[in-house]
Amino acid sequence: MRRRRALWPYALASIVLFFGLWQGVVSAGLVSNFVLPSPVEVLDRLWTMANRPFAGFLIQEHLASSFLRFFYGFALAAIIGIPVGLAMGRFRLFEEFFTPLFESYRYIAPLAWVPFAALWFGTGIGGPIMVIFTGAFAPCVLNAYRGAQLVDRHLIEAAQTHGAGEFRIAREVLLPGALPSIVAGLRVSAGLGWQSLIGAELIVVSSGIGYVLVVGQQNLSPDIVMASMLVIGLTGLVIDYLLRFAEARVRAKWGAA
Amino acid sequence: MSDIHFEGVTKVFSRGGRPFTAIDGIDFHVADKQFISVVGPSGCGKTTLMRMVAGLDHPTAGSVAVAGREVTGPGPERAVVFQQFALFPWKTVYDNITFGMRSKGASRAERDEAVAYYLKLMKMEGTEDSYPHQLSGGMQQRVAIARSYAIDPGVLLMDEPFGALDAQTRTIMQEELVRLARVNPRTVLFITHSVEEAVYLADRVIVMGRNPGRIREVIDVAQTRDAEAWADHPIDDVMEMPSFTHLRGQVWRLLREEMGSDR
Repeated sequence: MRRRRALWPYALASIVLFFGLWQGVVSAGLVSNFVLPSPVEVLDRLWTMANRPFAGFLIQEHLASSFLRFFYGFALAAIIGIPVGLAMGRFRLFEEFFTPLFESYRYIAPLAWVPFAALWFGTGIGGPIMVIFTGAFAPCVLNAYRGAQLVDRHLIEAAQTHGAGEFRIAREVLLPGALPSIVAGLRVSAGLGWQSLIGAELIVVSSGIGYVLVVGQQNLSPDIVMASMLVIGLTGLVIDYLLRFAEARVRAKWGAA
Repeated sequence: MSDIHFEGVTKVFSRGGRPFTAIDGIDFHVADKQFISVVGPSGCGKTTLMRMVAGLDHPTAGSVAVAGREVTGPGPERAVVFQQFALFPWKTVYDNITFGMRSKGASRAERDEAVAYYLKLMKMEGTEDSYPHQLSGGMQQRVAIARSYAIDPGVLLMDEPFGALDAQTRTIMQEELVRLARVNPRTVLFITHSVEEAVYLADRVIVMGRNPGRIREVIDVAQTRDAEAWADHPIDDVMEMPSFTHLRGQVWRLLREEMGSDR
């Protein structure tokens, strides 16, 4: 494969420039630090929250509880969504049956499900998981569906004429054939799931990063709000990076084929 | 006993909303272990004919029976070798060759043995862990043929298997297929565009006509081939023998008439 030029100096430059400007604007007194807390204040606050409980827990415990909810909801979406998508790609009947449902479902924002999520599964772990699920589900299904549609028809026929049943076709032909598309879908799905989770935590629960943000707002502490936003963004970045890595691995193995 | 019985086989497709008769009432019998080549102008329905034996398409009227049982869907007793090889790109040569064997529950030892046998037969030893994209087109098609042979199908269906190969590789593959067919005879339906290939490989050549697709003529090759002992000569020499060129000419004339018939 062709080697790419190292681009990390640019990424670093963008971060330094951004935070430098931000700090500069606040230090110069152009805006009040109540309207916009400086990066140093935010980091300082973050450090405090990592050592002293806020809203009941340390910040890393909030993050852990958010991440756990995210993981369950995301895994559930993948475990249910991928087989449904593959089945839609394989059978016309499934396709016709599910397509209209998904086309309309896609337009309902995950946050719209919050009231029902709380009603059906409570505000502990069940409700938030359902909200993440509703955010992460559609891309899992759609990408598995499109991926399965793109699998060479001859491969499926070769499997059929060599005695493979539907289960084996799904596992050994459709799934690997659709894998690049599925992994790309998982990235989208993780992003939407993580976003939905924070939304859900704003409303329903009593722990988690989203909850910290709400409490910060209620306490009129912009630095806490900003600190939670920073944690949300960084965690999203890490999740995306991990899935990007998985995607690259899949492409390296599959792309050559 | 794996013979193929076509009885009044008709296939009508809908093309742009209008019915189009791809195959019109074919009656034919392929005896067990007979090698049949099918040639015909494009659009004569030869691939459709094969797909109906495979169970991948279904006749609009009439029936196809293999070993006395009507074909209703795909199955491992009717393995297909495709023009595009259709190897699983994410599986190694070993896993590709043994794909069908696993459907039939073959043990690890049986699979090892089969892979070793076919790779040796095709002079491909040491490639079991390679992936298809690491092999040449000719080698990929050898693997696909081995995958089909390995499940010991009663009927082997080949849809222009050498169509995607260069001329030299093609010639080598034709010789190898004849060799394979001799050590391991099968009932074979071999679809091809190449008249030489059809005559060289087959016991009988079916020449099809189009609009609608039907059997124009069946030419017996086996008798001449055995009488002239083609098998004792390399393929290039066979193709220059008068007995071969005579049959080839016969098939060609029929084909040319068919191609001209609707102009």
